[in-house]
Amino acid sequence: MKGSFWQRLDNVARRLVPLGLTLVLILFSVVPLHIPGYSSIVPMLALISVYYWAIHRPRLLPPIAVFAVGLAQDFLSGTPLGLHAVVLLLTYGAIVSQRRAFLGKSFLVVWWGFLVVAFAAVFVSWILASVLSGTLIETRAGVFQFLLTFALYPAMTALFARVQRVLPQAARNVPGP
Amino acid sequence: MRLAVPFKGMVQRFALLSLVLAAFGLMILGKAETVLVERMRTGVTDVVAPVLDALSRPVATMAEIVDNLRDLTRLRSDNTRLRGQIERLNAWHGVALRLEADNRTLRGLLNFTPGERATFVSARVIADGGGPFVRSVIVNAGARDGLRKGQAVVTGAGLVGRVSETGGRSARVLLLTDLNSRIPVVAEQSRTRAILAGDNSARPRLVFLPENAKLVPGERIVTSGHGGALPAGLLVGIVTSAGEGTVRIEPIVDWDQLEYVRMIDFESVTMKPEPGKPASSGGERRRGGS
Repeated sequence: MKGSFWQRLDNVARRLVPLGLTLVLILFSVVPLHIPGYSSIVPMLALISVYYWAIHRPRLLPPIAVFAVGLAQDFLSGTPLGLHAVVLLLTYGAIVSQRRAFLGKSFLVVWWGFLVVAFAAVFVSWILASVLSGTLIETRAGVFQFLLTFALYPAMTALFARVQRVLPQAARNVPGP
Repeated sequence: MRLAVPFKGMVQRFALLSLVLAAFGLMILGKAETVLVERMRTGVTDVVAPVLDALSRPVATMAEIVDNLRDLTRLRSDNTRLRGQIERLNAWHGVALRLEADNRTLRGLLNFTPGERATFVSARVIADGGGPFVRSVIVNAGARDGLRKGQAVVTGAGLVGRVSETGGRSARVLLLTDLNSRIPVVAEQSRTRAILAGDNSARPRLVFLPENAKLVPGERIVTSGHGGALPAGLLVGIVTSAGEGTVRIEPIVDWDQLEYVRMIDFESVTMKPEPGKPASSGGERRRGGS
């Protein structure tokens, strides 16, 4: 095959960057910040991450990784198990199938796309959470979560774009697992 | 740009679809097999707890610094306010001493044996941020430290919620504002009993109020100890609105400042009544709600 053991190890490590980064973001999103009202409207950082990688490097964040990310979010934030997994997988599937519409488009177009995606994601999680709890959960916190997630998108994208430079160009041509 | 092989795309789509179905399956599993899912959840939380613990420390320190700066700006007004409060509390202190003496004498007359003595476990809140649909936090103490499911969680101010899941070294606390929180309470003055039901809003409501209940805004609500799971008399909140039908209360705990909490080990005391004496109120073990 190609490359030495270390090269391959390095390659594997780099391939794990999107997944690792997303998991770290989930950890950060549950850390208590002691900001009034923050804990109920924490932005869905994992959603931004999944959206970004689904557009730019879907092969580095395969569906099984998105599933794992969703479960991690459910485990840590105490939401019904599977809720975030469903939401993130649906987002991922929708974006990957429409990927060509986003690639190479201006930042504003992609951000606008995220507006729709974030709204849909919060809405679907609201429906799922309401069905699972058997009551209509109040919507105010959800609306603010959506707005905050949307507002944080540019900053997070800047971070991801920087990280993406670390990922070797070669990673694109490495056959999938 | 490399074009995906159609076959590969199909495999990918199939994988995605089956994972979505698996996630839905997990949701149903979570409803049916609560114990299993709970064990999975606490397992994961236990593994991540040290990381969360480390992460939450610098943030807490930062928050403290900000708080300190804010306090500095309020020093003068706080001082005047606190002086006034000391005056008033001194008067109460006198009253308390007199009542304590009274109480002791009367207890002596009655041969009263003090019933409940609780022990505490203190812990730090290492994660919150459940989002719009849950109100819970993770603390860095677990079964290893003597925590058990159902225990009352308090701060110096009053009731926070109850322990809902315990791992080895971490536990999840269901806040009293959560959708699934039900706490038997009683109004301190009017002795009206009710259940405090969270609905994810900042102000949980009182349900199962008696028909003729007369609650006025400002009345203090405390735990009733009904059902035996929680000790009686813990301050929960203040009645804010007592309109038609729904009575809402403002919890006494400041959620944004929730850093250290105490878990009350209370059950172990009420579970073991002294031989020859009837169990104190609520001696019967609670099973799935009263």
